[in-house]
Amino acid sequence: MDTVFYTLQDFMTHSKGITYLVMAGILIALPLFWCFITDRDEKKRTY
Amino acid sequence: MSEETTLTDKKIFTPFNIICGIIIVVGLILTILRFTKGLGAVTNLDHNNPWGIWIGFDLLCGVALAAGGFVTSAACYIFGLKRFHSAVRPAILTAFLGYAMVVLALNYDVGRPWRLPYPIFYSQGTTSLLFEVGLCVFLYISVLFVEYSPAALEWLGFKKIRNLIVRMTLVLTIFGVILSTLHQSSLGALFMIAPSKLHPLWYSEYLPIYFFISSIFAGLSMVIFEGSLAHRFLHHKMDETHLAESTGVALGFAKAASFLMMGYAGIKLIGIAIDNHWHYLATSWGQWYLLEIIGFVMLPAYLYALAAREKNLILARWASVVAVLGIVLNRLNISVIAFNWNLPSAQRYFPSWMEIATSIFIITIGVVAYRFIATYMPILYKHPDYQEHQ
Amino acid sequence: MGITRRKFLGWMGAAIGATTISGQKTQAATTKQFEGHPGSGGVLHDITRCIGCRKCEEACNKVNQLPAPEKPFDDLTMLDNVRRTDDKTYTVVNRFPNDSGTSPVYVKKQCNHCLEPACASACFVKALKKHKTGAVVYDASLCVGCRYCMVACPFNIPAYEYNSAFSPRIMKCTMCQPRLEKGLLPGCVESCPKEALTFGTRKQLLKIAKQRIQKYPKRYIDHVYGEYEMGGTGWLYLTGTSFAQIGMREDLGNISAPQLTAGPLSDVPIVVGLWPVLLTGIYAISRRKEKIAKEEQNEAVAATLSAANEEMEKKLAELKDKMEQQKEAAINLEIKKALKEAADQAKEDDGNAPADGPKEEK
Repeated sequence: MDTVFYTLQDFMTHSKGITYLVMAGILIALPLFWCFITDRDEKKRTY
Repeated sequence: MSEETTLTDKKIFTPFNIICGIIIVVGLILTILRFTKGLGAVTNLDHNNPWGIWIGFDLLCGVALAAGGFVTSAACYIFGLKRFHSAVRPAILTAFLGYAMVVLALNYDVGRPWRLPYPIFYSQGTTSLLFEVGLCVFLYISVLFVEYSPAALEWLGFKKIRNLIVRMTLVLTIFGVILSTLHQSSLGALFMIAPSKLHPLWYSEYLPIYFFISSIFAGLSMVIFEGSLAHRFLHHKMDETHLAESTGVALGFAKAASFLMMGYAGIKLIGIAIDNHWHYLATSWGQWYLLEIIGFVMLPAYLYALAAREKNLILARWASVVAVLGIVLNRLNISVIAFNWNLPSAQRYFPSWMEIATSIFIITIGVVAYRFIATYMPILYKHPDYQEHQ
Repeated sequence: MGITRRKFLGWMGAAIGATTISGQKTQAATTKQFEGHPGSGGVLHDITRCIGCRKCEEACNKVNQLPAPEKPFDDLTMLDNVRRTDDKTYTVVNRFPNDSGTSPVYVKKQCNHCLEPACASACFVKALKKHKTGAVVYDASLCVGCRYCMVACPFNIPAYEYNSAFSPRIMKCTMCQPRLEKGLLPGCVESCPKEALTFGTRKQLLKIAKQRIQKYPKRYIDHVYGEYEMGGTGWLYLTGTSFAQIGMREDLGNISAPQLTAGPLSDVPIVVGLWPVLLTGIYAISRRKEKIAKEEQNEAVAATLSAANEEMEKKLAELKDKMEQQKEAAINLEIKKALKEAADQAKEDDGNAPADGPKEEK
């Protein structure tokens, strides 16, 4: 984080950009983690 | 299914086809005009009024009214309301076509439509709510396409892919609800950047919440409304399950929409209270605002309630018409009517007939596509090969 | 019912959590102070000095190679109407009647080069940017033509080439960014014969403006327009006439455009983070409810089945009993009959038998 931001606009462009990447990560990670949680449950139809 | 009968007594020059044909011819001429002469040749847009009905109606109303897809699939697959199952496919199809029409309209409205992928793939303006909307609409239209595809795959007979997609229903549904929450609310938040232009009665820090909540009952109403149209024109395409469940769907949705709309009227009131905008209610803009809230939110909510209490399907359908008109009124108020309210009347925007005709053209394409798909693909009935649970 | 209540409470909790968390985030973003690019430039427009000669308009048109106007720039009848910037004009001078009824007031209008530009905040392809010189610049090679910047701009500055079919651009003042890079003054500033326009760093200009107000308190209204408006603008204005009189809005507020949308923007990731959890939770609960309902149903069916069996057996047993009783009774009756017959016969045969007959029955 050595970038200096002089305007809120620049700061937000940067931080929101990273946030969007984090969001993508979360969207991939959560379903996988749910699969991990329910892995040992009895096998049932998940639609 | 009585497919044979419809195929044999098919005529080309039905009133429906003739009207559609005229609209499409006019639309194509306007399309050529738009793409060879520019926006100025077709629209009444100007430097003060950059957004007209192609945004206010085609985009904002289109997206809100296509919310039936995520609402119905969420009710059925996430909340476990299985009795709405037969309503899911038509709702998904309407949503998919709705979003397709929105994207089509956007191609007319933006100056360089061939650059529409830019915000997602080339230069991301992450501080813009329009970026958020664009990204979500792009992802959601893909999700809707996948959600809709089993119908097409059954029609074409691709069993394996169809079964694979059906297994992903839950993930797709959840993803669809997330994306819908985001872009429905962000469409409202688009206007939060312009407090000096939107009338204070409509400008609120709750705009994103208002847009999200109203999109839910817009979707519910649209399912009821579209159901009544389908019953009128595509009755012969419906199987027994669909026919048996449809009244329950309409009345169940009417009940849900009714309560939600009253809640919405409540939070609109909270918005006025928190900004202390009561005095605006006494102005002529206030009357207009009250007409929207009382005439097009609370009245249909009350009609829905009566319909649900008395199990009156016809009343529910009429209420859905009023509710849908209310959504259109609300979106137009925010994007066109109460936007730039402080400009002198000579500088205000009113759509040209060509803008209106283009909007009608785009809707017509959607209706024709729906009719084609619902006629040939298993939308209103279950495919005989896939009668089991799904 | 218990599950529905639990479900409801869960939603409430999540909703409250979402709003508080996002609220804090918004604040964190907005309490951080951004001072703008160091040494970024601007222009001070002293409205009291402007004589409405339109030399600035002419210079602007020339240096930016804009199409020639219909009427020449020395035609001052153009001032009869209040104009705005358009796709062929980056700047306009407007005439307003003075408060006191004396000589009219002339006000130049162009892009104010906001410190936190609404147009840049609204642009979804970063075609508009705040340059370190202070200019808000536009890159037509990125622009999609959505015109959201025009919706966002509180000063109604950006214009659009509506009549271009293939390469419509947003048109607006660039503060002569190409000239600034060469060390030249903006065209309008250079051409002004009355020094109504002063170019400098914004900090300097603020000082000059305040000095002028202090020196001539009667000449100026004690407010530098643009110091705080919409989070501050690169162009600053001094006037002796009320701002309302000269078409400059005083109700824009001091909140910058990025701050206006920071709230909803920071709600987005929270929805992405929480919705999957919530929705999967609701799904799991409804599945579980379904499963329990099914189990209960199965149990109930089993229970009724066994109950029915028992009853059936009981009924059967009863029936058996009854039948047996009936059988017995029938046999007894037969026996009785037979005995009676026998007794009667015996009676007929001999007279001492009647005392024994009824005793046999018991």
